Parts: sequence; structure tokens; C-alpha cells
Amino acid sequence: MALNKESNGYTFGFAITLVVVVGTILALLSMGLKDKQEQNDVVKKKMDILKAMLPKAEGDNISRKNADAQFDKYINLEDALVLNYEGKVVEGVDPFEVDIRKEYKDKTLAETKRNYPLFVGKRNGKTVYIAPIVGKGLWGPIWGNFSIGEDMRTITGASFGHKGETPGLGAEITQAFFVDRWINETISDENGVATKFEIVKDGSGASKPQKVDGITGGTITSKGVEEMTNRCMEVYAAYFKTLKN
Amino acid sequence: MSEVAVKTKEPKEPLFSKKNRKLITDPLTDNNPVTVQVLGICSALAITVQVMQGVVMGLSVIFVTVMGNLVISMLRNYIPSKIRIIVQLVIAASLVIIVNEVLKAYVPDVSEKLSVFVGLIITNCIIMGRFEAFAMANKPWPSALDGLGNGLGYAGLLIIVAIFRELFGSGTLLGYEIFGNYITGSGLYSIGYVNNNMMILPPMALIIVGIIIWIQRSRNKDLIETH
Repeated sequence: MALNKESNGYTFGFAITLVVVVGTILALLSMGLKDKQEQNDVVKKKMDILKAMLPKAEGDNISRKNADAQFDKYINLEDALVLNYEGKVVEGVDPFEVDIRKEYKDKTLAETKRNYPLFVGKRNGKTVYIAPIVGKGLWGPIWGNFSIGEDMRTITGASFGHKGETPGLGAEITQAFFVDRWINETISDENGVATKFEIVKDGSGASKPQKVDGITGGTITSKGVEEMTNRCMEVYAAYFKTLKN
Repeated sequence: MSEVAVKTKEPKEPLFSKKNRKLITDPLTDNNPVTVQVLGICSALAITVQVMQGVVMGLSVIFVTVMGNLVISMLRNYIPSKIRIIVQLVIAASLVIIVNEVLKAYVPDVSEKLSVFVGLIITNCIIMGRFEAFAMANKPWPSALDGLGNGLGYAGLLIIVAIFRELFGSGTLLGYEIFGNYITGSGLYSIGYVNNNMMILPPMALIIVGIIIWIQRSRNKDLIETH
């Protein structure tokens, strides 16, 4: 071949060709799969909400296949609403379309401008409120949903998710053993004033109110859960207080 | 570099000749990428807390080493030597992204499990090591076998380390309770056994890998460096 492979021209040519080819493949792939991935995200959101709301045995039966039907069965999106940071209802925003993770990440959006969606479901004739929360763990965002019982203060269920916490350590927040530690904790006192949670290391979480045992080796992620819970639940507690009065 | 090797006409050899079989078996034993070449240690520390994670990571790395070695080997005569490392990196990264995007669309549950590994796969030194040391100088078929062998060698070690860490750190294997339930205190826990929390922290992975290296080298003296 007449081509001089050590020449700068060849090197540049090769680099440019490679980047264009790889870039095109990746761009086409990303565009082609986007719709499917977004659908998956919507289903996942419904699954997370249902898992927080339903008892574990029923929650485990929620799969990607039946999530849509189950979601429609338990949750009426017309009852859902959006709150502002003070816990007042905001009109004209679709609760299901609010992307709290995107809002949390958006540094240009003031904290007071964030939306706090609240979903209302019914199970066995009882009202359940589902409050999504978002915060940050060790490596990236973490999020979750708390379901609040009819008394508007007791946590009846939860689900957590994360983008990339350490497997086996921080990533354990999604496991049932950690999620169950939140059940029966209360987000506010009898007068509806928000109360803070604390993640503890000494194992006293099970016996003491407002204290939850953290995860060994996952301290920063556990603390992240504490922070996001306290910050977000304050808003919901404020809203529930206005409902009670 | 590879020019000379390519021009000498080799006699046609069967697909699974002795030499080719060695490409797969060597990395499993005397030329293990982790214990002998000491590559890929960082990810071995990070994701051996549970066996399942080790399996998933192992499979992902096998895929990338095989496909990457194949692609690099096919391009080996066209890649300019000045920028070969970056070309290898681009190919490894693209493969990983392609896999991740496809998984996200069609098997989202697996993709969630893989989330954090994706970055770790790209930075795994075994992949770049095999691209540079083997695929750049060999034909596609032996390169693919070499990728498979090294991927398997890596996966095997991850799983061995993970078995120790999950069993003694959490008392489970693949999530099944082996020693009883820690929280309710059944099984071994009822007679005072406790999980070793040190096991689930990264340093123990290094210590276990060290012990494996020690055992391997005491059985095969050829592996001991003299300098």
C-alpha cells in the first residue's frame, strides 16, 4: 500500500474516521432506544410508588408487566397534587410529570422553586399518601417514596432507589431489611409539627423513636437517606398540618 | 510492530488446536490476570461483597474482552501506533456503552444491577492490557479466545473472593441464608456466632486476593519472581 501509516495525515484521518463512525453508531443507538428507555422509566416510577404503598408480599408481586394495571387500581392520579417548598398546593402542574430528580440536580433552579408531588392512593378503603423524596448518596443521586397512613404522620411503607451506590454497602438501601426500619416511624408529632430522623450506628434504631439504624459500610449513603428524608418530609408534614387544622 | 508476524505465512491450524486451547486455560491458572499479572485489582475490591455482583461483573468483562479483542485484532493493521492506546480506549468504552444502552431498553432490571459496573468495566486494566499485549499482534480468532480466557480468569477469581466475603461477612451465598438469619438470631447466630463486618469492607478483598496469590505461588514455584 502506498499509505504511510506513520504519517501525521494518516493518524489524523484514522482518528477522525474512528470518532465519526463510533459517534454515529452510538448516536443512532441512543436515538433508536430512547422511546423504549423512557417507557421503562415511567413503569419504574409506578413500580416504586406501588412498592412503597403496598405491604411487602404484595409489593414483591409488582413487576414491569402488571405495574400499569396495578397502578391504575390503587392510585387515582386526579387526587394527586403538587406542593411548593412551604407545603402549599401548586395549581397547574401535573404531579406525575414532575421530575424531582431533575429538579434536584438543576443548580439553576432555586430550592424554593422545587415541586413536591404527592400521590393519593386507596387500599382496602383506607387512604394512603405517597410522598417521593430525592437526595444525594455517596456516588450519585438517591431517591425514594414514603407512604403515609391515614393519620397523616405514620410511615406505612417505603421504597428507595439509587443510581450508583456501592454494591453490597450503600446499595443495600433498596433491600427490605433497611426499608422495614422506617415503617411505623412518624414524620411529625401529634400537633403536626415535623420531626427529624436520625441515622444511628449503635443499633438503638429499632427501639427508639425517630432513630433508624444505618447500614454497616454504607454510612454516607445512610446519612444521605437521613438528609433527604428530613428535608422533604418537612414539606409534606407542613401540608398535612394544614389538612388537619 | 505486527507487520512482520503477519507477512510470514503460517500453516492453517484447527480452531481448537493445542495452542488455542492454551489461550483459554492459561489465564485460568498460571497466567491469571488478577493473581499473577495483578491487573483489575481495583474492581476486584469494589464488587466482591456479594457473589451475584461478581457474576454480573464477570460476565460483562468477558463480553468486553472477547468483543474488544476481536475488533482490535481486525483493525490491528490499520491502527496508527502513535494513537493506539486511545483507539483501544474508544473501542472499549463504546462497547460498554452499547451494551448498557441495549440492556436499559430491553432488560432494564439487569441494567439497574449493572449501573455502577459500567464505569468500572471501562477502567479495568485487564481489558486494555489484553488489547495492547495480545489483540494488537494476533489474528481475530486467537484474540477472541484470549479475551474469553482472561475474562473467565477474572470472573473466576471475583467469584472465589466474593464467596468468602459474602459467606463470612453477611452469612449468605447468592442471598440465601447459610448460617441462619442474623436479624432474628436463628441457626448459628443462636449460639453466639457473629458476622465479620471486616469482611464487607474493601481491605479484606485485598487480603483474600493476597492469600490466594500466596497459595498459588507456593504450589507453583515458577511464578515466584527472583528479583
